[in-house]
Amino acid sequence: MIYRLVWENLKHRPVRTFLSAIFIGISVTLILTIVGLSRGVLDDVRERARGSGADIVIRPPMSTVLAFNGNIAHGEKVLALVRRQPHVAQATGTLIQSIGNFQSITGINLDEFNAMSGGFHYLEGGPFQSPDDLMVDESYADSKKLHAGDPLDLGNGKKWHICAVVEPGKLSQLIAQLKPLQEMYSATGDVSVIYVKADQPANIQGVLAALMELLDGYPIYTMEELANLISIDNVSLVKGFTQVVIGIAIIVGFLVVLLTMYTAVLERTREIGILKALGASPGYILGILMREAILLAVCGSLAGIVMTYGSQFLVHKFAPPFLRQAIVYDWWPKAAAISLIGAVLGAIYPGLKAARQDAIEALSYD
Amino acid sequence: MIEIRDLKKIFLTGEVEVHALRGVDLSVAKGEFVAVSGPSGSGKSTLFHILGGLTPPTSGSISINGRDLLSMTDAERTELRKTGVGFVFQKYNLLPTLTAAENIEIARDIAGRSGPRSAQFEEIVKLLGIGERLNHKPRALSGGEQQRVAIARAIVNDPALLLADEPTGNLDSENSEAVLKILRDLNARLGQTILMITHDQEAASFAHRIVRMKDGRIVN
Repeated sequence: MIYRLVWENLKHRPVRTFLSAIFIGISVTLILTIVGLSRGVLDDVRERARGSGADIVIRPPMSTVLAFNGNIAHGEKVLALVRRQPHVAQATGTLIQSIGNFQSITGINLDEFNAMSGGFHYLEGGPFQSPDDLMVDESYADSKKLHAGDPLDLGNGKKWHICAVVEPGKLSQLIAQLKPLQEMYSATGDVSVIYVKADQPANIQGVLAALMELLDGYPIYTMEELANLISIDNVSLVKGFTQVVIGIAIIVGFLVVLLTMYTAVLERTREIGILKALGASPGYILGILMREAILLAVCGSLAGIVMTYGSQFLVHKFAPPFLRQAIVYDWWPKAAAISLIGAVLGAIYPGLKAARQDAIEALSYD
Repeated sequence: MIEIRDLKKIFLTGEVEVHALRGVDLSVAKGEFVAVSGPSGSGKSTLFHILGGLTPPTSGSISINGRDLLSMTDAERTELRKTGVGFVFQKYNLLPTLTAAENIEIARDIAGRSGPRSAQFEEIVKLLGIGERLNHKPRALSGGEQQRVAIARAIVNDPALLLADEPTGNLDSENSEAVLKILRDLNARLGQTILMITHDQEAASFAHRIVRMKDGRIVN
């Protein structure tokens, strides 16, 4: 019967209940969108790194998992050294140059990269023909409405020509030839990352050990290690940002439920008096308010989860092409629990106010 | 059944003491139907609230079925309201979001008697003639119907005492008479002890005995 009362109370003020649930839902959507964006972008980075087909990755000294610190100076000489190591079947270097707005162009030696990765899948056009040629992946082409043969100005002082639209999942969204890119950025002979493939999977650890000895001070990872390191927990900025958003979500849930329940308690003063006259204990009254808050949080969480699909659509439609929002199913219960915590905290004060209300005063309330 | 001796109640309004009851003596036997009448400010409502366990007395002695109300804690008074006394108010005081049936059932739920409707529930509904109106919310019921639902809610837990505060105050004469007949019927058929507060002499005449109050005391 208490649940019936709780349900009817929420139904009694449908607009207020709807708005409260939506506001709680927005905080849930905020969490799921931030986590989804972080994970979507990181999954994309991981997938692109794996797409190289390499077993081992060598990065410039002092760089971190997601942040490069310059290039490997004379990287092509280092690359030559790497190729001479026992059990190294293939090695290739790429140059990564930022063009702003979190975008970068990756320069590759197409033949070497094809040999290692199995090659690009061309959706439109074909391989590089001239130094100005640029390959873009499908997601970039879709978001910018580009096709093979189109010119492209990336604001880096060069007029590019799109020679191909390729399937995503390899290195980056914009791929040029290594040599022209090195010349353009005065980085002749330099590379940013060296990808290494061992002759057999059983030799990966041996090659890794040899490279670590050879290249002291360089971050060197197996692809599996790198993939594991590309996660929210290992990116302190993203982790911190997510925690801030969770804090905001708790505060929003708290304030929404506090205001909703406080208004409800004031509005239902007489009803609370009636329940007390019938023998309802303070715990019973508090229980009604808490159940209402929890039900609001549950409805809000469901609304928030549904709205996440809307935010995913908006990100896909309007955000820069490198931004991807994953649907983070494992965060659904976490986001719901966070909104629940905010809601329960918000219901405590109005609940206690209701529970402590004097029955006689409440019954005489008009 | 009810034994009240030298009952006093003093309220503090700001720094001023208000003597609402100045030494009330009253005995009500089990199965009796007593009307308490008197002018506004005579202490009727305060007596009603103390007997209902809604507020504690200041001094004196008061017991219902041997249970001493003076020494009761807040939690014990809450327990008393669950099953010891039932209230009927002038303004009906039904929960507006629940149907008539749910308004009655919630009293059972609060008393820890949730579950399928008992035979007693059905009997009460039949006795009060509200069987056809059980699925309606209060806003769809007439004043007389709402008061009958309120009476059903008050007696569904078989209380020792039914307290009615101006139960006909908001009703026209026809519905007033119907409600008073129901109270008299409950008293006659179920042996329900009733204490009814009213300033309406015609309503008071339905009781076995009329007690008059003035200035916080029983005057006859």
